Amino acid sequence: MAKILAVDDSASMRQMVSFTLKGAGHDVMEASDGAEALKLAQSNQVDLVLTDVNMPNMDGVTLIKALRQIPAYKFVPMLTLTTESGTDKKMEGKQAGATGWIVKPFSPDQLLATIKKVLG
Amino acid sequence: MSIDMSQFYQTFFEESFEGLDVMESGLLGLDVGAADSETVNTIFRAAHSIKGGSGTFGFTAVADFTHVMETLLDEMRSGTRLVTIESVDLLLKSVDVLREMLTAVQSESDIDVEHVAVIQKQLEDMLHGEKDGDSVSMESETVAVESDQAEQTNDNAQWHVIFKPFDYLLKTGNDPVRIFRELSLLGDYNVQCSLEKLPLYNDMDPETCYLSWDITLTGNIKKEQIQEVFEWVDEDCELVIESMNSSESKDVMESPTEVDTATNVDQDLSSAPTKTEPNLVPVSSTAPKTNAAKKATPADSGSIRVSIDKVDALINMVGELVITQSMLGQLGERLNEDSLEKLQDGLAQLERNTRELQENVMRIRMLPISFAFQRFPRMVRDLSAKLGKDIELRLLGEQTELDKTVMEKIGDPLVHLVRNSVDHGIELPEERLAAGKPKTGVVELNAFHQGGNIVIEIADDGKGIDREVIFNKAVEKGLVSANDNLSDEQVFDLIFAPGFSTAREITDVSGRGVGMDVVKRNIRELGGNIEVNSAKGQGSKITIRLPLTLAILDGQLIRVGGDTFIVPLVSIIESLQVKPAQVNQIAGQAELYKLREEYIPVVRLHEVFDLRADSEVLTDGLIVVVEGDGQRAGLFVDDLMGQQQVVIKSLESNYRPVDGVSGATILGDGTVALILDITGLIKLSREERIAAA
Repeated sequence: MAKILAVDDSASMRQMVSFTLKGAGHDVMEASDGAEALKLAQSNQVDLVLTDVNMPNMDGVTLIKALRQIPAYKFVPMLTLTTESGTDKKMEGKQAGATGWIVKPFSPDQLLATIKKVLG
Repeated sequence: MSIDMSQFYQTFFEESFEGLDVMESGLLGLDVGAADSETVNTIFRAAHSIKGGSGTFGFTAVADFTHVMETLLDEMRSGTRLVTIESVDLLLKSVDVLREMLTAVQSESDIDVEHVAVIQKQLEDMLHGEKDGDSVSMESETVAVESDQAEQTNDNAQWHVIFKPFDYLLKTGNDPVRIFRELSLLGDYNVQCSLEKLPLYNDMDPETCYLSWDITLTGNIKKEQIQEVFEWVDEDCELVIESMNSSESKDVMESPTEVDTATNVDQDLSSAPTKTEPNLVPVSSTAPKTNAAKKATPADSGSIRVSIDKVDALINMVGELVITQSMLGQLGERLNEDSLEKLQDGLAQLERNTRELQENVMRIRMLPISFAFQRFPRMVRDLSAKLGKDIELRLLGEQTELDKTVMEKIGDPLVHLVRNSVDHGIELPEERLAAGKPKTGVVELNAFHQGGNIVIEIADDGKGIDREVIFNKAVEKGLVSANDNLSDEQVFDLIFAPGFSTAREITDVSGRGVGMDVVKRNIRELGGNIEVNSAKGQGSKITIRLPLTLAILDGQLIRVGGDTFIVPLVSIIESLQVKPAQVNQIAGQAELYKLREEYIPVVRLHEVFDLRADSEVLTDGLIVVVEGDGQRAGLFVDDLMGQQQVVIKSLESNYRPVDGVSGATILGDGTVALILDITGLIKLSREERIAAA
């Protein structure tokens, strides 16, 4: 199963995402901001990055930009977790190199459906 | 897969209440007119997280309310809205409302819907006042687009899709194969690949997308289903989706045309605050069933958040302990005379490991006192507005750490003391000016470590405590006699007497004069003490000393006959050998010892606890001078033994409360030693004496 990096400054969201993904058999690493995520991603190659946009230290958009600079992450799918009010955020994420987005709030089923799409 | 979302509620509540505190302190620190963008961002982020979480976990009412706040904050953040006193006030009120809502949701009680509606209306009014609704247009757009296209249904629709990705598509992590896979789920499809742009093999860059596709789809397919498949890539390609059934106009979606159509927002839709996802079960805001959230309230939540570095330090320490243990183990296997030195080294190392481990375990329970301080900026702000005073609150030493339990218990006393300073201490601006002081009064909270204690000072530069007023009042109440000659310290101490209040009239700020005695009692129960210093016209300073932790105590071991007791080191003033000339036997039973200019009662421990001592002659033993609750006494013991830190075990929960004893501990040799409660002991011995007389 896939190795997924889940990034969110909200512990409850992280728990929910991670629990859902683990339940579906994925291997999940968690980070609470972009900076932490970048470090983790550098030392562990992951197959998919799920990141919140608004975070302290390093936001999701900056994280994606930084990851896309790393050769090993050139083609790795990266999804932003964004709220519906963040249309501009979706686009900002896209421009930074995001594959797509998942709109918050989402249910575990919606999350899994989207993940399945990306991972094949 | 069905997941019980309630398991995440507790974390959500914890982080949301923390987020509210962050918002509150951020709002209080905002400079009107010239707001610090990082602070606004932090406040926004907290609101954003609460909104995201409450939406995800089905607390719709909370999500709706937070959404309006978030929108307002977003405007402040982007600079399209000025930070005004009104908006900060309203946001502070909103924080309160949100806190109430979350508390209600957590305890599964009803949300005060009317109150929420009032504030939400005010927020909406502010939002629409100057900007008239354009800020909510964003989420309506999705709704608008959907309703716009929902009509097109046809059982046997045929669609023609031209998909020409831009050459960088693969570098966004999007795989055309994924798109075809999804399209294939919609119905029958037929794909033709165009190779016209494909270069010669040698010129080919494998990271570039050269291909484009021509797709025909047949089935009960709606246009938006196809659009959804391409949702993530419509900016990264040329995309044409056209119906082959009718004369329906060809819809070219070369970026960013889709967004353009969406900006025509139906104003009616803009009032819908959030779009509810169809798959999300809407949970009534009043009754989310949760087991985890049922018990704990934020004030006494049973969990504790520990920073990773503390945990890492512990793991590190345990690692060292394991090494020491294995080293000692090896020594034990072949012990001879030569290994004695090594054994001693090993034991010394073990001792060091244990001490470090203990310190680090204690650190886990330690939290910065900012947790207790953070409520004060808001409180002082609100109180000073109410009282018409001009007050600056200074917080110092916020990172000073203390035990979580101590922190929880010190919260209310601190509130009381700060209120007192604001209400009774600081004068009205005109009074201050008349007294030649700056118009703005200062209340300062300071925390620092001193020895094994944490010291918290509450100081103000107000009018100070009027010695005469206190004294006269105490005489009036019969607490002291008019002829008593009391030191300043003793007079100030009178304010802690039960029922003592000097407020000329009762205000709803400081209450009814119950309090200072309770404050003192609470602090005493924590093993601490409180002290007042004041100079008339210059202000007051209240100093609280508390042990850093309730779990461990620095103790002096004493011996009475065959029994060992522990006296808390903080209670001991000195220990001395008795000079017979200084012992006075007063009529009745009381024995007094003349310690310099003061007579202190002698408490014979063997009598109090009915033990056999080595000797009952005072000169054979020692007197340990102790102080508890302002009273001194000399404990008569056989001998002083070592000093050590002891882990406190509750006698009450393991046995039953015993007068004069505050707890017990287990000594190195496995025996149990009782920890003396000095205040209780002094009282007990006095009672025994009275009973005997």
